[in-house]
Formats: sequence, C-alpha cells, structure tokens
Amino acid sequence: MKDGDRRYLFDNPRNVRLVVRGLLWACILLVGLELVVHRHLSHAWEALFGFYALYGFVACVLLVLLAKEMRKMLMRDEDYYERDAGDIRARGTGDQDV
Amino acid sequence: MFEVWPALPLFVGAALVSVLRGPARAVVMLAAPLLGAYGLWQLEPGTTVTQDLFGMTLIPIRVDDLSLLFGYLFHLAAFIGVLYALHLRDRLQDVAALAYAGSAVGAVFAGDLLTLFVYWELLAITSAVLVFARRSERALASGMRYLIMQVGSGVLLLAGALVYASATGSLAFEHIGLDAAGGWLIFLAFGIKSAFPLLHGWLTDAYPESTPTGTVFLSAFTTKVAIYALARGFAGTELLVYIGALMTCFPIFYAVIENDLRRVLAYSLINQLGFMVVGIGIGTELALNGAVAHAFNDVIFKGLLMMSMGAVLHVTGEIRGSELGGLYKKMPKTTILCMVGAASISAFPLFSGFVSKSMVVSAAIAEGYSFVWLALLFASAGVFHHAGIKIPFFAFFAHDSRFVATAHEPPTNMLIAMTIAAVLCIGIGCFPGLLYGMLPYDMDYSPYDVTHVLAQLQLLAFSALAFTWLKLAGIYPPELKSVNLDVEWLYRRMMPDAIHAALAKLMPLDRALRRHGQSLVRVGLRGLAHHHGSYGLLARTWPTGSMVLWVAALLGISLVFYYF
Repeated sequence: MKDGDRRYLFDNPRNVRLVVRGLLWACILLVGLELVVHRHLSHAWEALFGFYALYGFVACVLLVLLAKEMRKMLMRDEDYYERDAGDIRARGTGDQDV
Repeated sequence: MFEVWPALPLFVGAALVSVLRGPARAVVMLAAPLLGAYGLWQLEPGTTVTQDLFGMTLIPIRVDDLSLLFGYLFHLAAFIGVLYALHLRDRLQDVAALAYAGSAVGAVFAGDLLTLFVYWELLAITSAVLVFARRSERALASGMRYLIMQVGSGVLLLAGALVYASATGSLAFEHIGLDAAGGWLIFLAFGIKSAFPLLHGWLTDAYPESTPTGTVFLSAFTTKVAIYALARGFAGTELLVYIGALMTCFPIFYAVIENDLRRVLAYSLINQLGFMVVGIGIGTELALNGAVAHAFNDVIFKGLLMMSMGAVLHVTGEIRGSELGGLYKKMPKTTILCMVGAASISAFPLFSGFVSKSMVVSAAIAEGYSFVWLALLFASAGVFHHAGIKIPFFAFFAHDSRFVATAHEPPTNMLIAMTIAAVLCIGIGCFPGLLYGMLPYDMDYSPYDVTHVLAQLQLLAFSALAFTWLKLAGIYPPELKSVNLDVEWLYRRMMPDAIHAALAKLMPLDRALRRHGQSLVRVGLRGLAHHHGSYGLLARTWPTGSMVLWVAALLGISLVFYYF
C-alpha cells in the first residue's frame, strides 16, 4: 500500500472532535464529582468550589499569554549567537572600526 | 571488594570499553552498572571507610540510606542509558558515559568534602566530553561554556571546603548550613550544579547541544548529585524554599516559547529540580522524602522524555518543534512511550511523578507556605502544559512534517531502554510503596486519597482544556525558528560586546599612548645617534699616540707639582 493512501487515526477530523469532546466531558465530570465526594481539605482556599479547576485553567491561560508577551522582548533569530560571534571575530581582527 | 569503592565497576567498565569492540563492548557496557548495583546490595548502611592524608581524616566511602538510594538510582540510570546507546559506535561517548556515571556514584558515597570535590570535578569533565561528542562547532562552544561553569562550581566547593575545614577542623560532609564558615561558598557551588535561577544558563545551553544519547546521561547525573548534596548539607535552609519556588515557575515561560524540544525538556528539568529544592528547603521528614523520591522519579521520567526526543532526533536529524509533527504515524511506539513519560512528569495519578510531587506539595501546605504552595500548583499546571502536552503534541501530532514520509521507529535497543523506563514510571506510580520503602525517613503517607487524586485530575484536565482552547482559538504561540534570550545572553552577548565596546573606547587612547611612546623612542634614538653615531663626540676613535702624549703631559704636570 502506498503511504499517501493510508489514513491514520487523526487524519479523520471526527476523531479529533472526539478527543476534544471527551476532554470537555472529563472536565465537567471532575468538577461535578466535587459535589458528591467528601474531601479532606488541608488549606482554606481548597474549600472554594472548583478551586483546582479554575486555578489550572487560569494559570495556563496566563502562562501562555505572558509567554507570548515575553517573545516580543526575548525572541531573536535562530542564528543570533552564531552570527554575532562571527561579527565579533570579524570586528576583533583589526582596528578598522575605531 | 565493593566496600573499597562502589564506583569501581563503572570506572573499570569505562577503562575496558576504551579498548573493546563488538559484542565484548556491549557486554561490558551492560554488565558494569549491573555489577555496580550488585555491589551496593552487599554494602551495609553505616559502613564508613576512613583514610588519613596529611593529618586530615578523609572518608572516601560513607554508606547510609540517602547515599544508597542515589547509588541505586545512578546505576539504574546508567543501565538504561547504556542500553539506549548500545547501537553507537563511538568509543569517546562510551568511555565518557560510564566514567560520568561512576563519578556520580563516587560523589554520593563521598563522606568528606575533599573526596566530594574530586568527584565533583570528574563529573564536570566527563559530562563535558558528552557535549563535545556531538562534534559540531556549536557543541564545542557550548561545551566550553558548560565546562567553565562546572569547573567554577568545583573551585567554589574547594574554597568553601578549605574555609570550612580550617574553622571546624573537620572535612566531614554532614549538615553544613549557611551560618557555617565557608557555608555560602559551598552553597553557591551546589547552587550552580542545581541550576539555581541566574546560575542555570549552562544547563539549557549545553544539554540540548549534546548527542541524542549524551543528553540522556546528562539529564540524569549532574543535577541529581547536586540535589543529593543540598539535601545532605543544607536541609531545612529556608532560603531554598523561595529559590525552589522560583525555579519551578520561571522556566515554564521559556518552555512554552522554546522551539528546540530538547531545550524545552531542559527548562522543564529546572522546573522539576525546583520541586526538589523546595522540599529540601522545607526540611521536614515528609518534605525531604518527597524531594529525594522526586529526584528518583525525575531521573526516570525525564530520561524517558529525553530518550523519546533523542529517538526523534536520531531518526529525523531534527528536533525543532517548528519542523516536526505527525510522527505518530511512523513512530507509534515511541509516541506512546513519550506519552507515558509526559504523564509521569505531569504527575498524573498512577504515574510516578504523582506519588513524589504530592509529598512536596503536601509538606508545603503543612508547613504553612501558602504562596509557595500556589507557585507549586502553578508550576504543576505549567509542566503539564509544556512537557506533558507540548512535547508529544508538536513532535508526534500537530501538522504533518516532511519527515513523516521517511521516519521509522528507532533501533530496538532504544525502544527497550524506553520501555524499561516507562514500565518503571507506571510501576512506581501504581505501587509507590516500592519507592517509599527505600526513602531515608520512615513515614506514614499515602498519595492515593480521593482529595489528592481529584484535585490533581481537575488541575490537569483544566490545563489541558486551556491548551485545547488556546490552540483552537489560534491564540497559542506557534513554534517559530528562534532563540530566546536567557541569562546566558549576559556572557554570550553582553559581556563580549561590552569588552569590545570598552576596547573601542580605549583604542584611540592606546594609540595616542603608543604614538607618544614611539616619539619618545625616536627622540632618544636621535640623541644616541648624535652622541654615539659615526661622527658623534662619544663615538670618535682616539689614536694611541694621543693617549701617550696626554700621559706624558700628566706626568710632566705632576713633576712640576712635585718639584714645588
């Protein structure tokens, strides 16, 4: 069989949708469980309903948004250090830039 | 024989593989860590070997629960690593890897600071060879920077040890603390190897530049020896709690935007070290057990992740997230093994990270470190985000890359090594008692209660939800060919540039000075030429006759004086 003909698991968009939907249901279920299960809390903040769920979600969104902002400041071309090393070497060979 | 030197089998193995080849090499490579582990089995906790050197008592070997745990861990890591590297035909890496493992074993059994120093430097040199073994210009430069930092750490350790020994009269490596003489020097030495914030540049710089197999060894030993040393020397130092919390948080931002997937793992290595450092800083029995247990698990799951990315690099020759994707189609086994590692580092219940990380988190709550606890939770969500999801997603899923057509599973020995690590991840996760039994303190702790499991699952599920939402909404930053400036910028860019700028400023001054000097020399030369040159007064030749005449005149004058 030629490779191009073969369809793999996630080539079918339905399977991708299935995964996303499964995750959504898992999230709903896990928050719902909090109402049913008796928990032994060791910190006052844990008592807030859905504390871990909310914290996890907000933490990750903040993480990504902040990291995106960091990119503006910190991202450079892939050869940033190599190119510069070359420049310094070139500049270091003589007095031409004085 | 092993009481003499637990690291002996590994060093002998290193010596042997420098001359052996073919099946004999493979046998020695695999037998060395097995024999070494058997040797540890023979050791009695409480054994010490002492030696007198110039009036100082050295303790080359000290066996207790803590050193034994790390000893076993390093032999296990060496075995898995060796198996993973078995297909190689590279003597340099074989020798360096076994000697590196031997140095790590030697370091954790060292009972005095001088012996520790010797192994500390051996670790530096042998590991640097693994970076050089990539044999690229980049790796060479990176390895040199790495070596300077590592040897610098050793120099600090030696200086600290000397100050400590002269103040206390003993070199024994027990609890040191920051108040001890030389304590800060030793703390800093350990801090460099534990990749404290701002001292971490060597790790994220050099580890991703090593060979696919070399990075697996690198991720196992150096930092864990440092964690061991901190646990032994600085347990309960409160400063460590805050340093550790910082270590768990800042690398995850870098990990999100980093393109080199092995560098993402290097950042996540610092993040995991942070959990251990927090545990050591809290210093209660639960926290220390948690730190040590997490070090144990981290070696295995971080090794597994490094191995899976090494396999990708080995097969495709590429490790940048922007260039990879879709490899699950051709590397399904590697994909699954990688996901086991990802689940473990993310601390999914039933995987190894969960049973150790939860101890540190529980200890933080128990000791009232509320904000540190929040930081740890943030880091837990973050590590799932970048190591748990990002690594497998961009390597094996996402869009189909150009490598999908040609990719294939890595060599069998790599797959077996990864499988062993994966089985250990699940085994320890499902039966944590196996690991807990080896920990230095007895404790009554069970990670599997409903509260813990539910909390962790909620945290992880909603982190995954956040990733999915950000990805589908197109907010998630794409993988871009790039480098991100980190602390290494200071010495790779700012310092060379500053030196260069200073030189440029000094150059005219220097030139003026030299010109002035030259003109002085010229004046001097002219003067000399004037007096000593061919027609100079002082260079004239005097005929002998004139001298006789002058002598006669002098005699005549003296005769005249004498006469009167």
